[in-house]
Amino acid sequence: MAGAGVRLEILTSGPLAVVQDLGRPGLAHLGVGRSGAADRRAHGLANRLVANPADRATVEVTLGGFAARVHGGDIDIAVTGADGDPAVGGIPIGTNCTHHVLDGQVISLGVPRAGLRTYLAVRGGIAVAPVLGSRSYDVMAQIGPPPLHAGDLVAVGAPTDAYPELDQAPVPAITGDAVELSVVPGPRDDWIADPDALVRAAWTASERGDRVGIRLVGRPLQHRHPGRQLPSEGTTRGAIQVPPNGLPVILGPDHPVTGGYPVIGVVIARDLDTLAQVRPGQTVRLRWSRPFTRSEHSGGT
Amino acid sequence: MTTAGGTVVDYGDAALMVQLGSTAEVEAWADALREADLPGVLDVVPAARTVLVILDGPREQEPVRRRLLRMRVAEGERVIERASEAVIEVCYDGPDLAEVARLTGLTAREVIAAHTRTPWRVGFSGFAPGFAYLVDGDPRLRVPRRSDPRTAVPAGSVALADEFSAVYPRRSPGGWQLIGHTDAVLWDLERPDPALLTRGMRVRFRAV
Repeated sequence: MAGAGVRLEILTSGPLAVVQDLGRPGLAHLGVGRSGAADRRAHGLANRLVANPADRATVEVTLGGFAARVHGGDIDIAVTGADGDPAVGGIPIGTNCTHHVLDGQVISLGVPRAGLRTYLAVRGGIAVAPVLGSRSYDVMAQIGPPPLHAGDLVAVGAPTDAYPELDQAPVPAITGDAVELSVVPGPRDDWIADPDALVRAAWTASERGDRVGIRLVGRPLQHRHPGRQLPSEGTTRGAIQVPPNGLPVILGPDHPVTGGYPVIGVVIARDLDTLAQVRPGQTVRLRWSRPFTRSEHSGGT
Repeated sequence: MTTAGGTVVDYGDAALMVQLGSTAEVEAWADALREADLPGVLDVVPAARTVLVILDGPREQEPVRRRLLRMRVAEGERVIERASEAVIEVCYDGPDLAEVARLTGLTAREVIAAHTRTPWRVGFSGFAPGFAYLVDGDPRLRVPRRSDPRTAVPAGSVALADEFSAVYPRRSPGGWQLIGHTDAVLWDLERPDPALLTRGMRVRFRAV
């Protein structure tokens, strides 16, 4: 049973291993965005498997290469998201299930065959100090516990009395096939000469993708009035901005609070976790969730 | 007293955008929405002509839309007045000072005088932690953003764009016209209030 004093010693971090929880919503007045786990479904499932309350933090590992040794006691863990053949002491444990890890054993996550981000939950949660109410690291704002590196010692929190109700969960496999995302048109689709070009062609996720946003490569979209400037507007995760070069950027969890590029459409909430698992080079198809922007007037005299 | 009517549009399926005519209307709506504290609303993001209402999930979109459509917001009535004032010392040596003078038809000295003489006010924050959009400045200083944004603007850069002035809290990409720099620390997580400039605060620039 995990208790106070249990720690993970990071042996290797891979390209990016960051602590994430559900983020810090409600701080836009400070210019601070929500951040939080990119694939919230996978993060939430990992917490549930080890009977953690929903607010506990997990480790979000991008493209594998992560290993950590347990110190100070046994722990229960679960690994979800992209399947990088997780192992304990070199023996595969599988994803989407709970596993008991003994003091001194090494947890390792390899490079996933498909998908981008793997989540490691520990019963009790990752107990780094919260910043502005959250343990999430925001790569753009540089707020929160810094990315994990070899040699870091990370505390495991005290478990609650709740005990795991499920020891494995059926989850559809993440594949490397083309992903299709539904997009609500607007609010600035009228700034683009032919907004339907967004949904006609297939796009490729570029190498330049991170938690701030994913750039799509394909035939550039044309602005209706090149050079016209949009006043800055609030943005959300999933917003598809069209910068002057015409190549769309889909904003990720660490997007700026406001942005000045027109948003042609916004990926629906249900598809954001799928988006979080899109790898560089993967084909992305977008489809309108409905035909046109709906607007209504409020107030007035 | 005028009543500010906004246009409410979907922003995906988990947010709504209220489109308005002026920064003053934006401030009035942002205040009213914070005051209303509507269930299902996670955050309120005011910007130049819009207020983005971020929701807890798609099921909140219809109920919150109905509330927004019923809301009547009196412009200017609820703008928070705060006594606090910040003075920011600026060395007016920015790379775009000459360009701002050209765009405004003023001399560089007149630009500096206009920037320092009229007190600014924090309208809203965004872009990055501690980045405050300052409003109510001298209207002669309205200049467009640069057509070619810089990939790296140094921390402390004092800038102009549209009706706003701002200070870049840290090194970041940026497209505003840079007229000077300050040593003031705009964002510091070690402080009880990490942001130096907060909503409603009056801001005076002083040339050094």
